[in-house]
Amino acid sequence: MSGDEIDLGKRNMITGAVVATGGVGAACVALPFVSYWQPSVAAHAAGAPVEVDISDLQPGEQRVVEWRRKPVWIIRRTEEALKSLQGHEDNLRDPDSLESDQPSYATNQTRSLKPEYLVMAGICTHLGCSPTYSPEEDLEAGWTGGFFCPCHGGKYDLAGRVLEGVPPPKNMMVPPHRYLSDTVLVIGEDEGVA
Amino acid sequence: MRSIIRTVLLLMTPMMASASGDVPDVHVEVDLANIAGLQRGAQTFFNYCASCHSAKYQRYSRVAEDLELTYDQVAANMVFTGAKVTDHVVVAMTPEDGERWFGQAPPDLTLVGRSRGPEWLYAYLKSYHTDTSRPWGVNNPLLPGTAMPAVLASLQGEQEIDADGHLHLVTEGSLNEAEYDRLVTDLVNFLVYIGEPAKMVRGSIGVKVIMFLMLFTFLAYLLKREFWKDVH
Amino acid sequence: MVATLKGLLVGLLGWIDTRFPLTKWWNEHLAQYYAPKNFNFWYFFGSLALLVFVNQIVTGIFLTMNYKPSEAEAFASVEYIMRDVSWGWLIRYMHSVGASLFFVVIYLHMFRGLIYGSYKNPRELLWLFGMVIYVLLMAEAFMGYLLPWGQMSFWGAQVIINLFGAIPFGIGDALTIWIRGDFAVGDPTLNRFFALHVAAIPLLLVALVFFHIIALHEVGSNNPDGIDIKKHKGPDGIPLDGIPFHPYYTVKDIFGTGVFLILFAIIVFFAPEMTGKFLEADNFVASNPMVTPTHIAPLWYFAPFYAILRAVPDKLMGVMAMGGSIGVMFLLPWLDRSPVNSIRYRGPLTKIAVTLFVISFLVLGALGTMPAGDTETFIARVCSVIYFAFFLLMPIYTTIEKTLPEPDRVTMK
Repeated sequence: MSGDEIDLGKRNMITGAVVATGGVGAACVALPFVSYWQPSVAAHAAGAPVEVDISDLQPGEQRVVEWRRKPVWIIRRTEEALKSLQGHEDNLRDPDSLESDQPSYATNQTRSLKPEYLVMAGICTHLGCSPTYSPEEDLEAGWTGGFFCPCHGGKYDLAGRVLEGVPPPKNMMVPPHRYLSDTVLVIGEDEGVA
Repeated sequence: MRSIIRTVLLLMTPMMASASGDVPDVHVEVDLANIAGLQRGAQTFFNYCASCHSAKYQRYSRVAEDLELTYDQVAANMVFTGAKVTDHVVVAMTPEDGERWFGQAPPDLTLVGRSRGPEWLYAYLKSYHTDTSRPWGVNNPLLPGTAMPAVLASLQGEQEIDADGHLHLVTEGSLNEAEYDRLVTDLVNFLVYIGEPAKMVRGSIGVKVIMFLMLFTFLAYLLKREFWKDVH
Repeated sequence: MVATLKGLLVGLLGWIDTRFPLTKWWNEHLAQYYAPKNFNFWYFFGSLALLVFVNQIVTGIFLTMNYKPSEAEAFASVEYIMRDVSWGWLIRYMHSVGASLFFVVIYLHMFRGLIYGSYKNPRELLWLFGMVIYVLLMAEAFMGYLLPWGQMSFWGAQVIINLFGAIPFGIGDALTIWIRGDFAVGDPTLNRFFALHVAAIPLLLVALVFFHIIALHEVGSNNPDGIDIKKHKGPDGIPLDGIPFHPYYTVKDIFGTGVFLILFAIIVFFAPEMTGKFLEADNFVASNPMVTPTHIAPLWYFAPFYAILRAVPDKLMGVMAMGGSIGVMFLLPWLDRSPVNSIRYRGPLTKIAVTLFVISFLVLGALGTMPAGDTETFIARVCSVIYFAFFLLMPIYTTIEKTLPEPDRVTMK
């Protein structure tokens, strides 16, 4: 355009500074928009911990409560059910729940605080369907009773541990929970539980 | 350039001209950084207002978070309805009951700090006076025929109004004038806060955003100047 | 390494260019679009309008994710966005402040066109596209203002829709009921306004903004001197007074954007209500069909036309005057008979007329937001007459006045 000398180095430096600052600005503007999709205060309030009275839960019985819009099962396991959890480790994908989601106090064979009571989010780890509770044995060879997912055939034992040879990758999730007393359970909160 | 500024200013005038002529000429100190004052205002609100008035878009838990209180403190001192601390501030009184008892359902107060403004609220809460013609024996020049009784009279005392519209204290309340003014100021501040909880943070975020934009604009100016060296 | 990467990018660009006119468009509309080099302050507002438009679209899409267009939930859902949704308050204020600033920018953009004669031959169609955008924008703003479902939303919509009731022969009443879908503004009105606000009108706006820019680039930009830069071309066929839009006007507009964003942020973070001018106090009260607020005023950007409406003591005539005050702007390219474009080279009559017009428009705007007393009505009538006289007498005063000689080449001042 003209005969004046143009310092290209300086020009490129200022251009770089504006592009970099503009990029930082754009990223900062994007943050509120990304954050906008997080669960709102209302969703958190609706997903608050739930108290459950389990005094009248009979052996073998299942109760379903809603926590964070998920079915949470409370199952009082019988002696036989607890026995069925032993001896089939070879058939399990993650028998010691090393790859699965549960609080540290439920990282054990029964996947629970108290062996008798199973507290578990009833959501298949494959694609999120809710399995059915089938405590009876002998559905077919090797089945010692547990949970069966109708969507894609996922099978779990009575501690929610997934069997080998079916699609789900992990054991079902155990939510944080604690006992307020012998008969009252709170789901979604575990303050003070070791 | 002068003509440009003049034109812009002219175009701004219709935006600046104040239309609201009914705002009383009082000064109320609105300071949402005064957390202690907001806490006192919250206590007054829940003790004196919230039994009849809801604040149904505001959650107790938000009051706790913004006013630096624990959930337990709020549950113990402000929740009198058996509600959970994450619930909205609603009242047990149904609108029908409110209408039967007061002639009109007490309005929700969540946004009254924005719809009426702090000056009006401050003046209103200080302007109750005796009027035997009214069902509750009181009236208020800011809302003639008000359906609300003088809830704060035990604190302020009783006032009378003279022919010129001046208010005089005739019976002492439990607070002196300065103490009552402080109480009303705190309460108004709390109402301004629940009207817009985001007001607690938007100023400080705004300062950072504007400082960043100034840096960006300065660099953009250098860029423009650099490229426009080519143009003669 | 850098060379390979560059080679790859050039290759990719070539691959795209044989399938899509990317480089061609870039050149036609940016790198080889030659704009006059003497653009001044007034030329920032076109790109700023585009910026605000994008802001409205993006924030609007996000608001739609949490807003509930129903009579029972609308008001509460706005408060939900303001309180419970993470950063909802910011996105809502960006939208509500953006709406008002859209009109600030558009009015300044139109004023630029007015003083430099940017609507004159061959830019008549460019002006008409712009006018349609402006009218659509008013419809968009009006329908958007119903959505918070506060008292001003409700009663504002009630009043504006009832303007159509002025049409005689029983058509008006039937029309207002058809527009509302109910006997007063209600749930069906809210739902259809929502659909128009978030989908129909934005789609039309996108199309028209596209046409507006295509028309501009077809005829080329006007400039503060109002002369045609294509009369003097260099040996390469490039106008001597033209500079490529990119990089010269892109860097200039980035600077303008920075200044604008500072103003925008000041309002969003420190005065989102703008003392009741952008968000009215009464709109923080949920709508109530039984009680009208004591003082109903339109938002500031409609106020001049509302003042013209009120200045006429007859319903039908008032509505016609208001419609006419907007309609007459469409005729501007044919009302102006001046041999020169820019106000710089026009005679004193045009300069006086434009000054009076700006004053009357601003005064009408101020009056439109105030309660109307006798004095106010009188002033509004005087200003309305000036407003129309500016347009309707234009063929006369632009013909009889003596103009100054236009320069041969653009001037930089």
